[in-house]
Amino acid sequence: MEKVLNLLLEGEALDTEQIGKILSMPKSDVEAAIQKMIDEKILLGWRPVFNPDFEGKSVVRAAIELKISPERDGGFDRLAERVSKFEQVESCYLMSGAYDLLLFIKARSLREVASFVYERLASIHGVTSTATHFFLRTYKQQGFMLTSENSNEDRPFVSP
Amino acid sequence: MGKSPSDFVAKHVQKIPKSGIRDFFAIASTMKDAISLGIGEPDFVTPWHIREAAIFALEKGKTSYTDNLGMKSLRYEISKYVEANFKASYNPDNEILASVGASEALDVALRAIVEPGDKIMYHAPCFVSYSPSVALCHGEAIPVYTCGKNRFELDIEDVKRAWQPGVKAFIINFPTNPTGGTATRAQLEELAKFAKEKDFLIISDEIYAELTYEGEHVSIASLDGMKDRVIFIHGFSKAFAMTGFRLGYACGPREIIDAMMKTHQYAIMCASIMSQEAGVEALKNGRKDMEFMREKYRQRRDFIVGKFNEFGMDCFLPRGTFYAFPNIERFGKSSMETAKLILNEAKVAMVPGSAFGKSGEGYLRASFATSYDNITKAMDRIASILPKLESL
Ligand SMILES: Cc1ncc(COP(=O)(O)O)c(C=O)c1O
Repeated sequence: MEKVLNLLLEGEALDTEQIGKILSMPKSDVEAAIQKMIDEKILLGWRPVFNPDFEGKSVVRAAIELKISPERDGGFDRLAERVSKFEQVESCYLMSGAYDLLLFIKARSLREVASFVYERLASIHGVTSTATHFFLRTYKQQGFMLTSENSNEDRPFVSP
Repeated sequence: MGKSPSDFVAKHVQKIPKSGIRDFFAIASTMKDAISLGIGEPDFVTPWHIREAAIFALEKGKTSYTDNLGMKSLRYEISKYVEANFKASYNPDNEILASVGASEALDVALRAIVEPGDKIMYHAPCFVSYSPSVALCHGEAIPVYTCGKNRFELDIEDVKRAWQPGVKAFIINFPTNPTGGTATRAQLEELAKFAKEKDFLIISDEIYAELTYEGEHVSIASLDGMKDRVIFIHGFSKAFAMTGFRLGYACGPREIIDAMMKTHQYAIMCASIMSQEAGVEALKNGRKDMEFMREKYRQRRDFIVGKFNEFGMDCFLPRGTFYAFPNIERFGKSSMETAKLILNEAKVAMVPGSAFGKSGEGYLRASFATSYDNITKAMDRIASILPKLESL
């Protein structure tokens, strides 16, 4: 299972047959390994990794730092889960340091982010402050560099 | 009438044929949409932390010459690395020379030992530079042929038959470019015994050692009583994807390293200091990257070799290197014709075996140092022209 997972993590779009060939194991074993990962919630889903430059003009991304007050039972969990449920929130992490939650937001416009912050987040009981940072440019996306290194035109086409 | 420029070219240089790879390169490089399985270097870019070490060296102002033998810190790391991985111990003070690639190490090794007329054996098919390098030293290169039937392993009986009085050294290269052949401990022991009996040196080019997929890689330098008879040559190009750094090394008996130093110091002075700094980083912290790349090569190897056999191009599973060496005799054409046909019709470049010596005839060298995706596409393209290959 670990081998299959490693291969998936490298981010190549391989079907189970190709994975089986690469790892020299039967396709059915690959499928079983993947099913097991899904069942155990190790594998949560499948998503392609897009170059954000090509996502179109109608996508705005931001990171939001939230300070929240912990609650007697469950600490930050209830608020964190509640915040995470908004469709604009792509990821949500509890952080150590100057603030508590870090959210990654995807929205259709600046205005949508703004209204999300002041209407949705700021108004939640327990949220004590927010700080919003807009993404300007992406250099590396989930392990993929956006500047290609392999286009080395000086590498000979055939060599000894 | 005065001499023409070509009259000034030394006779022994005139006699060296142009590299077969060059010819093929000239044709192949005009075809922009072709997929190349002809590349003899890793497709990976040098791991970042190693590149970063070179950048850091520049930032710190390391822009000078170094000791002719190479930086002490590098020789120290080489010594540790060779001891740990090849079971041969060399003193970093006087038994190790850092060179400009394994290529230069090989050249200065030959220049240190060959006198005009000396005989140097090598096994073929082999890396393109061995025989010309011997000729440039006015030596005589004597091939021992390895063959597909034996997975291109060295048969000691063939070595004994090819041996002649006056043989001073034998260049071996396991795992082998271009065949992927490897050597077992027992085979190396037999060779070592014969070397002692006939009193010749072994120059062992082990540049692909790390890219051994199954079983152990044995260095002939590690065998009993062989240290004084072996010039061990290695480098960073293949294991750490560092071809452009041009860094390699030779380890050997002090007297021979001293002799190699003479040519090296006058011709080269020293390997580039930035590359040497990167080399230190590679040896200290590059293992994980090397293992990652090796695993990728292994996966591609299994796939490509499977395909060639499916196509009826007999190909054994090489235990080392990133080359597959499929047999194409059943198409009834020379390896050059076959390579050209595949290039023109399928737009896939593979190097004809004949570029690695006459004994490579009947084979193609397919490098799997290219992405899985490229290999898959290349194999689909070849599959689509199989009927043509069979009929034309
Ligand atoms: C067998 C063999 N030896 C030596 C070399 C040269 O290596 P380097 O880049 O260290 O000069 C190569 C490169 O293709 C090779 O295949």
